[in-house]
Amino acid sequence: MKPFLSRPARDPAPRAESAPQAVKLQTRNLNFYYGKFHAIKNVTLDIPQNKVTAFIGPSGCGKSTLLRMFNRMYELYPDQRAEGEIIIDGENILTNKNVSLIRAKIGMVFQKPTPFPMSIYENIAFGVRLYEKLGRAEMDERVEASLTRAGLWDEVKIKLHQSGTGLSGGQQQRLCIARGIAIKPEVLLLDEPTSALDPISTAKIEELVTELKRDYTVVIVTHNMQQAARVSDYTAYMYLGEMIEFGDTDQIFLKPNKRETEDYITGRFG
Amino acid sequence: MKGSEAASRAPLELHAASEQKSAGKTSVVPADFLFRSLTAFFAFVVAATLVAIMGSLVLEGWPALRTFGWKFLITSTWDPVSNDFGALVFIVGTLVSSLIAMLIAVPVSFGIALFISELSPSWLRGPVSAVIELLAAIPSIIYGMWGLLVFAPWFAQIEPWMNDHLGALPGIGVLFQGPPMGIGMLTAGIVLAIMVIPFIASIMRDVFMITPATLKESAYALGSTTWEVARYVILPYTRTAVTGGIFLGLGRALGETMAVTFIIGNANNLSASLLMPGSSIASVIANEFTEATTHLYKSSLLALGLILFVITFIVLVFAKLMLLRLDNSLEGKKA
Repeated sequence: MKPFLSRPARDPAPRAESAPQAVKLQTRNLNFYYGKFHAIKNVTLDIPQNKVTAFIGPSGCGKSTLLRMFNRMYELYPDQRAEGEIIIDGENILTNKNVSLIRAKIGMVFQKPTPFPMSIYENIAFGVRLYEKLGRAEMDERVEASLTRAGLWDEVKIKLHQSGTGLSGGQQQRLCIARGIAIKPEVLLLDEPTSALDPISTAKIEELVTELKRDYTVVIVTHNMQQAARVSDYTAYMYLGEMIEFGDTDQIFLKPNKRETEDYITGRFG
Repeated sequence: MKGSEAASRAPLELHAASEQKSAGKTSVVPADFLFRSLTAFFAFVVAATLVAIMGSLVLEGWPALRTFGWKFLITSTWDPVSNDFGALVFIVGTLVSSLIAMLIAVPVSFGIALFISELSPSWLRGPVSAVIELLAAIPSIIYGMWGLLVFAPWFAQIEPWMNDHLGALPGIGVLFQGPPMGIGMLTAGIVLAIMVIPFIASIMRDVFMITPATLKESAYALGSTTWEVARYVILPYTRTAVTGGIFLGLGRALGETMAVTFIIGNANNLSASLLMPGSSIASVIANEFTEATTHLYKSSLLALGLILFVITFIVLVFAKLMLLRLDNSLEGKKA
């Protein structure tokens, strides 16, 4: 299968499609602090390439915090601090000077849909223009490809130049996914992407997530265990900032190794 | 809670009792009625004052407007001796000095607001905001004195440089030619800019702060720089309120009298050069009101006042409408 949207020179390494177990992101002894509060404690895990990895756990366990470390979103806030290593393609994300290039490689979709105050077309083109100078035809192509990939093209092709904020919640969220993949990332971070959506929109996003793993490494944070079981290949259970258990989703849900994981999965707690 | 209710009620009942000279609970209803009528009266008086001022300006300015017709707006003669009046110099002076002020104040305010809302460390946010808002607390007469006695002499040293460098530019060069006197249209514009920055900057800061964090984060998550987030996401998201804030500042600049009178130079002539002295509507009224001896002279000054009133009224109504639209759209989003 030819990867959708072949990557530009930014990433000359070919995709390791023959070795699906290849590791895309490695974290080593990650710690995170909100001021004095120790939110992430010594997390070490390997996130496999072209798979969906889910972070689950009760509210406040640090799953979103961990996700936001992967694209250094925490840097926007002065008293948040990260320690440790997150390695992508042999480079430590946390110490890389060029945060823009990291964010180009690692896209993110947020809990609430956040279309920019501009047209649907411009919502996609905006991010692309930050990195590439495309002609009109090429840009049109890129916008169509991204929207098609996000399963939104048929619904919006006749109103590309209307405001993105006029779409329904589910459409807005797919627009945000399209916006994310338009800049050709390698990793997609999804932070509870369906928590603000209705069941039908949720089903569409979930379907999309399982399709996206062909081309991207997907990391999804969810508070919905059924969702994690449905969409992910690997699951990490976190509690109070610690990685309690990480493994194959089927194994985590059917026969977890740790007692805490089992208690959470079976609803005895959390 | 109960105590304060009782306390606020007591004087009302007392008042009612003394007025009605009747006992019992029935006295509360007329008291409420009186109170409502009184507050409504206050509110109405303000609205009526606005209409009355407008009306008297029209009435008193009418002789001049009738005598000179449309030519009052487009001629630049202002000759009290031969009773020939035209407002063009002052209209242009008002608009040009305010335009200069806006050209300076808008980008500076944008930078200030962006610094406070996005870039400054949180401990610096409060002090910087407070200092900028305190600029608005300085009385305009002090801006005028400072402008004339401190800023203008200093600026007179800069102006020869402007003559030499900017004055030689094709097209806009003519704006920067002229004698380096320190006072004039450009000086007035700069001082006006300083005076309106607190208004524009604090509105911009407020609306930048209420831009949803997730919207900004989404733009940063694509790898945008702070400038790109501000230019393409924050500014479009807040554009109506920002426009409203700019027009609020413009309304203030147009009507500012004291500071402008000190530093604009008060010359009754039209010049392409911004270094030349000029006059604004407000400054000419302030300067000449006591000298207006003839009926037509006084009427012409009042007609000038009417023009200024209409311009600032339109600008401020527009500003209010823009700011109102933001409130509505935010409420819509919350719902």
